[in-house]
Amino acid sequence: MEEPAGWRPPWETARAAGRSGAPADDGSRDPGQPPWHFRRHGPGRWSWASGPLRRPREDRLVGGVAAAIAAKVGRDVTTVRIILVVAAVLTGGFVAAAYVVAWMLIPMAGTEHNLARKALADRRGLALVAGLWSVLIVVRILASAFKAGWLGSLIFPLAIAGAGLVLIWRNAPEDEQAMMRRQAQPLLGLTTRSRRTGLILRLTVAVILLAGGIAALGSAHENIALLQPLAGVALLISAIVVLLGPWWLRIARDLVVERQARVRAEERADIASRVHDSVLQTLALIQRRADQPQQVVALARAQERELRSWLFDGRPPGSIGDQAMTLAGGVRLIQQDVEAQHGVAVEVVLVGDCPLDDDLTALLAAAREATVNAAKWSGASVISIFAEVEPAEVSVFVRDRGKGFDPETVPADRKGLAESVRARMARRGGKAAIRSAPGEGTEVSLTMRRNVTEASQA
Amino acid sequence: MSGTRPRVFIVDDHGLFRSGVRSELGHDVEVVGEADDVAPAIAGIHECLPDVVLLDVHLPGGGGQAVVTALKPEHPEVRFLALSASDAPEDVIAVIRAGARGYVTKTISGAELVDAVHRVAAGDVVFSPRLAGFVLDAFASGSGPGQQQPSLDPELDQLTGREREVLRLIARGYTYKEIARELFISVKTVETHVSSVLRKLQLSTRHQLARWATERRLA
Repeated sequence: MEEPAGWRPPWETARAAGRSGAPADDGSRDPGQPPWHFRRHGPGRWSWASGPLRRPREDRLVGGVAAAIAAKVGRDVTTVRIILVVAAVLTGGFVAAAYVVAWMLIPMAGTEHNLARKALADRRGLALVAGLWSVLIVVRILASAFKAGWLGSLIFPLAIAGAGLVLIWRNAPEDEQAMMRRQAQPLLGLTTRSRRTGLILRLTVAVILLAGGIAALGSAHENIALLQPLAGVALLISAIVVLLGPWWLRIARDLVVERQARVRAEERADIASRVHDSVLQTLALIQRRADQPQQVVALARAQERELRSWLFDGRPPGSIGDQAMTLAGGVRLIQQDVEAQHGVAVEVVLVGDCPLDDDLTALLAAAREATVNAAKWSGASVISIFAEVEPAEVSVFVRDRGKGFDPETVPADRKGLAESVRARMARRGGKAAIRSAPGEGTEVSLTMRRNVTEASQA
Repeated sequence: MSGTRPRVFIVDDHGLFRSGVRSELGHDVEVVGEADDVAPAIAGIHECLPDVVLLDVHLPGGGGQAVVTALKPEHPEVRFLALSASDAPEDVIAVIRAGARGYVTKTISGAELVDAVHRVAAGDVVFSPRLAGFVLDAFASGSGPGQQQPSLDPELDQLTGREREVLRLIARGYTYKEIARELFISVKTVETHVSSVLRKLQLSTRHQLARWATERRLA
């Protein structure tokens, strides 16, 4: 089956490669097509693509370096990945370290600056790297004490890769960080899942380690002399821990603080977009209808009610989730509200339905914003919304045949589209694309992947 | 079809709507008659044999479906374009399955309605965004894993990827011309895809189609 919307018009491709976190189909490869489809050139011929080396936003497994190389040399990305992994194993990890360095040096698609430039100015990050290296030096000393040469040789790639990852994590732009967080989710999930599974996991690891340790000691039991350096090593470790321990603790704490700060920043962005959707919208409406006192009063009352229920009952404004339990209900609610508040007709076409979760509520909030935006700015008398629920994803298209605009020239302070729609979708791992041209109307496409558990229920 | 001015017959139980449509259609078409219910509609169409019948889905005496079923065997050359204001997908699909060549909502603009009438008169199929949504829904429901039903004719019971793509774009509000540009195909090819979807819709004996309609009615 052919992938719908696989093709995008050139202006959108250009825009997708721009700063936004939009569905960057940057010409690399249709997501619906099998990987071998990418190889447009005969096998064995390397054809170098022109243009600078850039890491694509989509199609990345870790940092997108393999995809960048693949796009450059005109090879299949899977081939490049396999070569990289094999090389990493053969070189004892040095290629992996080189990968991280490349990650820092190759700018992401649509940006001009790489991460390294920013990282060099990041003092705190550099201090963290110094801390990490001090840990690794201790490990190295221990390794040589135990004559574990393999560990010693792993230290250097580990030091480079580790330092690189710390700096990347601290300095990556927000959208790239969101991608990294999603990739790391399964790992983080292990520690946060539930106390019971966590305990079982820790116990299992401890038992395995203990068994291994006892077995190692047991096999060396004829040579009791080995235990003597062991005691020495233990003393050495204690000494180092006493010396450097507090510092390491502080570094660990810093990382936690860092994380909390990020969570706070995200919350702030969320609040900002909610305030924009509700309070600022209402104020704008009030200004436009200043000559109709009754409507102004009605709007102000409704807004007051909404704000109160947010502040005192914890129900966020514009949250569709409370009022409509399914996606179709949510879209109809948008239709009613926009028709009532803005006096334009909203035509809704729905295909399928599913219960709402947090991701889909965010999708609906973005769709509402897009619809309100069309009602306010396009000048069109009809706005069409098409929402389709598929097993794997949910898409919403908001379209008007109004005056349209040039997406390149929208000022950065037009918060509506930029923040409420794009960032809102990006925060939840969804995609948003805006297609518009002066005189041709505007179409906003929103796509959100469905949660697997939910998809299996439906 | 007959020259540039198709002969149109309007069937709707609201007199106001009939006169509204009449004035909207203007001089691009020739309105040859009107009726407000099933029986007078059958008699009137039988008499003046129009090119296109604008048919309200909801009629007091049995629905637009009854009109199509009664006239289709005798007058296959008369083409029906269904019109409705309501959102009952099962009724719309029923009229299409009875033999209507398209479906538009009553919110359609005058110019678009004239265009739709011309297209139906020329033998094309007219899908409004809403109908495209209904069809996508009807063919998608029950096709998930574990719900596969044995079908008598797999070719008729499934939409191809391209047809689905075309329907999606119609549902998003694209015109045939815009769809053609978007998919790099000719307008003629778009029309072919839509006709083939209509054929499948009318001929498919798909279990799911019946079940979908029933579920919709219950919901």
